[in-house]
Amino acid sequence: MTRLTLTSRLFVLGLIAAPLAAMAQNGKSDREVPRTAAGQPDLSGHWTSATIVPLERPVELGNKELYTQEEADKLLAESLVVTETEAGTAADVHYQLDDFGLDRSQNPIALNLRTSIITDPRNGRMPASTAAAKAAADARAARARERGFDSAQDRPLAERCIVWPNEGPPMLPVGYNSNLQIAQTDDYVVVLLEMIHDARVIPVDGRAGLPAGVPQWLGSSRGRWEGDTLVVETTNFTGRTGVRGGNVLSANARVTERLTRTRDDTVLYQFTVDDPETWTEPWSGEYPLTKIDGPMFEYACHEGNYGLANNLSGARAEERAAAEAAEKQ
Amino acid sequence: MIGLLGASLAVAQDFDFPGTRDGHPDLNGIWQTLSTANWNLEPHAASQGAIETLGTIGAVPPGLGVIVGAASGRDSSSRDSSGREGSTIPYLPAARAQRDQNFASRRTNDPEAKCFLPGVPRATYMPHPLQILQTDDDIMILYEYASAVRTVFMNEEVPAIAESWMGWSNGRWDGDTLVVDVTAQNGQTWLDRAGNYGSATMHVVERYTPLGPNHLQYEATIEDPNVYSRPWTISMPLYRRLEPNVQLLEFKCVEFAEELMYGHLSKGEGQ
Repeated sequence: MTRLTLTSRLFVLGLIAAPLAAMAQNGKSDREVPRTAAGQPDLSGHWTSATIVPLERPVELGNKELYTQEEADKLLAESLVVTETEAGTAADVHYQLDDFGLDRSQNPIALNLRTSIITDPRNGRMPASTAAAKAAADARAARARERGFDSAQDRPLAERCIVWPNEGPPMLPVGYNSNLQIAQTDDYVVVLLEMIHDARVIPVDGRAGLPAGVPQWLGSSRGRWEGDTLVVETTNFTGRTGVRGGNVLSANARVTERLTRTRDDTVLYQFTVDDPETWTEPWSGEYPLTKIDGPMFEYACHEGNYGLANNLSGARAEERAAAEAAEKQ
Repeated sequence: MIGLLGASLAVAQDFDFPGTRDGHPDLNGIWQTLSTANWNLEPHAASQGAIETLGTIGAVPPGLGVIVGAASGRDSSSRDSSGREGSTIPYLPAARAQRDQNFASRRTNDPEAKCFLPGVPRATYMPHPLQILQTDDDIMILYEYASAVRTVFMNEEVPAIAESWMGWSNGRWDGDTLVVDVTAQNGQTWLDRAGNYGSATMHVVERYTPLGPNHLQYEATIEDPNVYSRPWTISMPLYRRLEPNVQLLEFKCVEFAEELMYGHLSKGEGQ
């Protein structure tokens, strides 16, 4: 299947992480950022987290934190070329990606010299899992192999339209529908993720977090302003939300996020995950959010979730076919 | 009542209501209705619920209904067949039959049972709180149920980009009243648990008016020439939730609807 010339449709917005990180030091930006009437830095608007920077750095890059501009340009050109699939093969059966906005070339992408979203540990990779987390991840994987299609409740959270990893925290970019909207009053900052229409309502009025025993899929978030940076601390996780690599955030995890409007068209998003039950050390990362035009669409995930029903009925059909084949023998 | 920003607004009545920097009522807060509207917008006696095995917990509590009459508000010339001021929904005959069919299938077909986004106005009077986030430009309304949310565009009229479950909202101030024009709903939502409904041509005009320091009057006029013989209006108070620690919690109900929706597809079920 052929596609449109990708590079010709590429929006290239924003620029480069290195200066952003410097600007965000101590919550100071080096130029006047837009402010609300109350004087807070204005984070409001529509933004995208789309990026071609991987969460983890390729191992062979070692501690190389930033690409050169030439290397970054080359990588961008390579990474936006979608592999052609051969007509008549199973691999060729897929959505027409550029009809459904699933093609990365259709979206604004925040360019960035970073070799990985993860900035700490220094090798840009997630730290080692604890022994208990490894054992739990293995048990989940075994269960998924054994009975992953037995019922809706056995399917992954994202497929069930319960929660997606782009919603976080930490909000980790996914391949498509990377749009978000931030709305702000003196007392609240709301981060509305287009996919899957979840709003993180973050009080910045100094109130206490939720009591223990009230877990939330997106955690309980409380914000405060440190200089020009919004710092958001989140606790009260469910212990069920996945993070890439097969782990889940434990119920006792603490995630700290920092949002700094470093430029008119950029909010630098930084995060630290502190979860000693899951990882042997905390890990941190950052990427720029880039301004896009609104408005956003309603992403009604569950309401149109034919995929989940089809996966289950497919599994049942396979079981019936296997049972019939066994009877004939 | 001290205004939240120190600037309280003298609305036309004898109470103060919080005001914004630009002189409009400050509707920021967490609000909730207190009625049986979500059970049935029309007047109704108590009755057995759709799921008898829940006992009294599943029973329908009684209510006098929230329909106030014709679009003009309280036009007393508009009376229903029994001569009362319009307290029932002015369905076209075929639409009334559809409503009755919806009622009969409500245990499995009510979009609320399936945790589907509720649409407008139903989102307002579900038995869950909502939060109005009134920023310096647009307004966002967030609902606890199903993490439903919508943006109300205030600066300029923004045309709908697609049909959706929560519709498309443009707002304006009419004196101290926030008026929200809602179009482009997808016609798949219901108005209550009794099967009352509208179609994709439904047009809803909501009015949020300060009624006291901690009350708003909520009105919605509903027009849909494919379903109703004339526009009709519901009205009810929205009460400010005053608990100091009140906040929207997650009522992400998808997992509670999965057995209902997909149970028949589980291994060993109904093959």
